[in-house]
Amino acid sequence: MSEATEAAELAALRQETEAALAAAADLRAWDAVRVGTLGKSGRVTALLKGLGAVPAEARKARGAALNRLKTELETAIEARRVALESAALEARLAAERLDVSLPPRPNAPGTAADGAIHPISRTVEELTAIFGAMGFAVAEGPDIEGDWYNFGALNIPEHHPARQDHDTFYLPAGPDGRRPVLRTHTSPVQIRTMLSQEPPIRVIVPGRTWRADHDATHSPMFHQVEGLVIDRDITLGHLKGCLIDFLRAFFAIADLPVRFRASYFPFTEPSMEVDIGWDRKSGELGKGSDWLEILGSGMVHPRVLANCGIDPRVWQGFAFGMGIERITMLKHGMADLRPFYESDVRWLRHYGTGPLAPASLAEGF
Amino acid sequence: MKFTLSWLREHLDTDATLEAITTTLSAIGLEVEGVEDRGRALAPFRIAAVVEAEPHPNADRLRALKVDAGNGTLLSVVCGAPNARAGMKGVLGLPGTYVPGSDITLKVGEIRGVKSEGMMCSARELGLGEDHAGIIELPEDAPVGAGYAEWAGLDDPVIEISVTPNRGDALSVRGVARDLAAAGLGTLRPEGRYLRPGTVPAGGPSALRWAIDDPRACAWVLGRTISGLRNGPSPQWLRDRLTAIGLRPINALVDVTNFFTVDLGRPLHVFDARKVKGGTLTIRLGREGETLLALNGKEYTASPEDSVIADASGVVSFSGIMGGETTGCDADTTEVFIECALFDPVRIALSGRRHQLSSDARQRFERGIDPALQPAALEAATRMVLELCGGEASEVVSAGAEPAWQREATLRFERLAGLGGAEVPEYEATAILGSLGFTETARGEGSVTYAVPSWRNDIAQGNVAPEAQPGGLAQSPELPPERAAAAAEGCRAVEAECDLVEEVLRIRGLDRVPPVSLPVASPVPPASLTAKQARAALARRVLTARGMLDCVSYGFVEARVAALFGDTPPALRVENPIAADLDQMRPTPLASLALAAARNAARGFPDLALAELGGGYRDPSPTGQLAIAAGLRTGHTPRHWAEPSRALDAMDAKGDALAVLQALGVPMAALTVTTDAPGHYHPGRSGVLRQGPKTVLARFGELHPSVLAALDLPGPAVGFEVFLDAVPEPKRRKRGAADLPAFQPVRRDLAFLVDAGVPAEKLLRAASGAERNLLAGVSLFDRYAGDKLPEGKVSLALEITLQPRERSLTDAEIEAAIGKVVAAVTKATGATLRG
Repeated sequence: MSEATEAAELAALRQETEAALAAAADLRAWDAVRVGTLGKSGRVTALLKGLGAVPAEARKARGAALNRLKTELETAIEARRVALESAALEARLAAERLDVSLPPRPNAPGTAADGAIHPISRTVEELTAIFGAMGFAVAEGPDIEGDWYNFGALNIPEHHPARQDHDTFYLPAGPDGRRPVLRTHTSPVQIRTMLSQEPPIRVIVPGRTWRADHDATHSPMFHQVEGLVIDRDITLGHLKGCLIDFLRAFFAIADLPVRFRASYFPFTEPSMEVDIGWDRKSGELGKGSDWLEILGSGMVHPRVLANCGIDPRVWQGFAFGMGIERITMLKHGMADLRPFYESDVRWLRHYGTGPLAPASLAEGF
Repeated sequence: MKFTLSWLREHLDTDATLEAITTTLSAIGLEVEGVEDRGRALAPFRIAAVVEAEPHPNADRLRALKVDAGNGTLLSVVCGAPNARAGMKGVLGLPGTYVPGSDITLKVGEIRGVKSEGMMCSARELGLGEDHAGIIELPEDAPVGAGYAEWAGLDDPVIEISVTPNRGDALSVRGVARDLAAAGLGTLRPEGRYLRPGTVPAGGPSALRWAIDDPRACAWVLGRTISGLRNGPSPQWLRDRLTAIGLRPINALVDVTNFFTVDLGRPLHVFDARKVKGGTLTIRLGREGETLLALNGKEYTASPEDSVIADASGVVSFSGIMGGETTGCDADTTEVFIECALFDPVRIALSGRRHQLSSDARQRFERGIDPALQPAALEAATRMVLELCGGEASEVVSAGAEPAWQREATLRFERLAGLGGAEVPEYEATAILGSLGFTETARGEGSVTYAVPSWRNDIAQGNVAPEAQPGGLAQSPELPPERAAAAAEGCRAVEAECDLVEEVLRIRGLDRVPPVSLPVASPVPPASLTAKQARAALARRVLTARGMLDCVSYGFVEARVAALFGDTPPALRVENPIAADLDQMRPTPLASLALAAARNAARGFPDLALAELGGGYRDPSPTGQLAIAAGLRTGHTPRHWAEPSRALDAMDAKGDALAVLQALGVPMAALTVTTDAPGHYHPGRSGVLRQGPKTVLARFGELHPSVLAALDLPGPAVGFEVFLDAVPEPKRRKRGAADLPAFQPVRRDLAFLVDAGVPAEKLLRAASGAERNLLAGVSLFDRYAGDKLPEGKVSLALEITLQPRERSLTDAEIEAAIGKVVAAVTKATGATLRG
């Protein structure tokens, strides 16, 4: 065979195969084309097998041409498969029609006995009930925050060493050139509250918080509850009383030992860390002689008030913040933080609470 | 920060117990992270002399020793150490003693026929190092019978405290001692080991001089040369002390700087004067491209924001952070130049962060160091170098000047109760402040004014010139100017006082502030949730009551997954994700639920119902972050004798969404369904629930098969999303009187044949609107599509309820009303009544 004839023969083979592919209307027909071309006894396969009989001087050129053809056909065959599959899906989706305007079934597929409230949601309900009884309202704010709300307004300027303790997640800079952050604490809601309402203020802020830290005891997303009280004559004594009242009610231990230690936060002064008494060995709260750090608190720093336009000569108050997972784990003796976010149905059923018993002071919890 | 008890006692004259000290430290804000008391484990070990060392009769490598432990009898000890010999002194463990390095308790034994009444120990066995080549050899003058730990100074507990960012002064043993003294645990000694009044007699001129090129780089610097010295290893006490707190002894000159960093919180740097090029060290800002090979062996490129110290050849030190290799001091150093400088805390903090370079010096400079201590610290360092290395000190050279750090702070005594809630006697408050170093400058009616000590840069920060005030106020730009000004003035008026109140309460003990329950404005508090918050709580209850499990998931997911459920704008891409699969803020919690369902299915739980109330993100603005109640059901209903299991379908998801909306008070009659749900839903089996043409309240449906395939989620999977922010606040209306007619309702069934494409809702709406006076209810109770019907038609059967009010209805009236219903349905939908 001359080279020209050979080329013509391969071109014809290509055209025929492409035509057959185009004509294959479903995957069955497509598969027949594939097998007939590239299968064990397919046409291209046969030609490749025949290479051995070609004279050595022509073999190289012929082999290259055949391989090129094979690659081209493989591509075409695969493209046709994708097209046919997507057409089949389209056809299936077009055929699968449901009149979604029909009224739904009268009953849910499951009942209250199957459902469960997540321990974090439950703790937030309990917090709300207890602080609600002390006259607190619940405030909320966005997860994605401006730098000023999360840091600047809270007396944490750019260079402040405390910024390094907050492993902050950043989003790309906006038009103002500043990078939004995923709030590292619920404290920015203090700022939003003080800017949007006049004192006296008495709010708690349960919500999601974020830090770039991930190990057995740290999750990149977790929950805090913030508290803020602003009034004319609120003192550190009230802060202590409020926290003691809360902790004893939440853990349901009337004589839970509570200890206050001096500390530092840029947004409070004086600042305190709060410990509760427990037995480290058994993990029992209110027993033993060990102390467990549980939250941070303090009198709102005059700069924070002034940053929000509140005159610290007239108004003063306190703020606190605690980890919701932490108090939940302590209350229920849970050892591991990570399952909180994994939505393992076995864990949710085990630690969840039934939906028909809302947290209320009337019913107790 | 770590220090040893004996080091503390150099500054604090006290007989307080270790426990009293650590408890007090934690209470006053210097939280104790740990106490390492090596002496306790080593207490039973005694110094003993080997009197006799004979080869063991039955073992070549062992020796039978006779050991004198000072109690009058010789003990028989078998020992395998090659260096065990008569006349040496070592460390003996007696039977019953726990050996910390080998985790065994000794007992009387017999080794190949020879009694062994104790063990001569190696360093490793005592947990004091890796040396196990032989037993510890003590000098000849070691007192036989004495406790080894005490003799060797190992009974000195190491205390580690965590120092908060405001307390640069407490990053020093002296600062810690001062706080403890104020808290009543002894008295602060007037002098330190090398810190005392007076100056070292100075010799000739210094070989090096200072120049400050730019005051931003350094405010004030002192230095001096000490020449003709011998730099070798430090004495044992210093090496022990540094080792105890985790620092590696290098050589005397370097150890001196480390000593003062911890002792006085005063970082120093030592240059080998002979290695410095030219006669001047210049402190200036960095220049583009300049590099420094730092003492940690790494090379750094300076930026124009860094403060650097340069000689004629270039940068030789990063100010306040780390010195350079080329001018460092080593065993050959004979002439040292000591740097004692004051750098800007903010500049040091930012430089350190820029270069990710940490050091004990940086830690102190960025918190601020005592500016007034500068000359005394240089003198103390000089004394120490002369004592350790000999040599002759030059004059002191300097550049810049002591900055004005002086501030005052006034305390009105009533604020201790007014802010702090504690009745503190005046004398007690002034005694505390006095012992912290505050000096009274004025006494007023009920108030006292103090000069703030130079080491407390955290006190009265607002009472200095604004340019010297890092941070300052950061007021919201949206405040009305008068309000902002009044608040700023108020802050200036009370801030320093708050600082003083904190100092008094902190040192006096916060436990002594009596707790007071919050006064409540009303014994019956107002609702704590807003209507919107109450809706979210209700939505959670509704969904869990329908058998769903309430989930909490991360708000970010893998970008690929997020893209399956909506837009993934770059503005919502996390710049520094902790993992590549947590880098995109999710468009909806449904994405997280789908991932969770796939994980559960892989664990063998394919039939489940999950719900989450959480954020779905459109853009980073507060309004772009939506509160969404999402739910997902997968698989089949449970198997049960009374109700066969079936695959879940879009109607289940619609039921969930409607249940939420209904509970939230949305009028059901006002809802319409459209079929334009977004791409993560099956286009033919999904819907959007709207109130009016614009407001989308929810969407629901089967998940798109390509979403299932991409997540490896076995179907069927049906989900919904309720947009809680879009749900209007329910109107609070008084209910009118109940309508309780005396006559029985009349019910009629009507079956219509209608084109399959006509939504059932259209039929229901037409029927409901047909006869307002009598019609009390319309429900769809049957739907039939099959081969008994003409092609393309379905049968929909309605139950019509008529409610007579005045009297019973006649057949004719019933027929007339039903006739109206049929006519309305036919007109609206083209349906025909089936015979």
